[in-house]
Amino acid sequence: MVLLTLSPTLDADSRSWVTRLRSPDREAAARDLHGLLLRAARHEIGRRARGGWDGDLDDLARQSADDALVAILRKLDDFRGDSRFTTWAYKFALLEAGVKMRRRAWQRREVTLDPEDWGRMFDTARGPDEDAELRELLGAVRAAIATALTAHQRQVLVAIVLDGVPIDVLAERTGRTRGAVYKTLHDARRRLRAQLAADGLVIG
Amino acid sequence: MSEHPHDPGQLLGRLLGPAEDELSCDACFEALDRYVECELAGGDADGLVPGMAAHLQGCPACREDHESLLAYVRSEEGR
Repeated sequence: MVLLTLSPTLDADSRSWVTRLRSPDREAAARDLHGLLLRAARHEIGRRARGGWDGDLDDLARQSADDALVAILRKLDDFRGDSRFTTWAYKFALLEAGVKMRRRAWQRREVTLDPEDWGRMFDTARGPDEDAELRELLGAVRAAIATALTAHQRQVLVAIVLDGVPIDVLAERTGRTRGAVYKTLHDARRRLRAQLAADGLVIG
Repeated sequence: MSEHPHDPGQLLGRLLGPAEDELSCDACFEALDRYVECELAGGDADGLVPGMAAHLQGCPACREDHESLLAYVRSEEGR
């Protein structure tokens, strides 16, 4: 019944994965799938660790594979066969591994929301693209950040764009989802663009 | 594109984000697998998933996830 919802062009291997994960043999299928997820998570964590590998990182890979497997089994009905099953599954493992590594990199670092000196990046911004028009635009953006954004929008924009805090870290520290944090960033950017347009400035 | 955090042009781009309409993070994750397979097949991935390219430009977390999946599936295909 569920298989009828899958794309008729779905490859045999993908169809087999879904069938097995729904069969009485599902525990064996889940173990096999966990092996694939673990390999993907180890690959991603090893890549991000840039060569170093230890027990902590392997624990992180196992946690990533475990969490990915739980998410996949919970969302199995959402798989429609628009891609190969393994591609669909890998994205869960790589997401978990990426989020965990970003959080690990920041675990001993403080996230300061709304620092008083957020404007310093504008003072230090120098580069080959610099010209007077760009400098004027940056000045207008700096003013718009101070006046056109809500305090919360300013905190999120400053943390992510100026301080380089990963969205997943900010989400964890503020008890929100990645999507909710990004929505705030998106709304802040829209407000900045609207303010620049109101100021008569042309932006790409 | 390499990141130069103090480059004024890149700073402006990160502050203002994409001008185009873009997907949400949830919609991006939902479509990421078919988007990546379309890219690897040489298809019109941006036509297949409108708003994805703009979101990947604007959201550093989803951009990293996209790069990871693209690289991993490509490596698996080469095994």
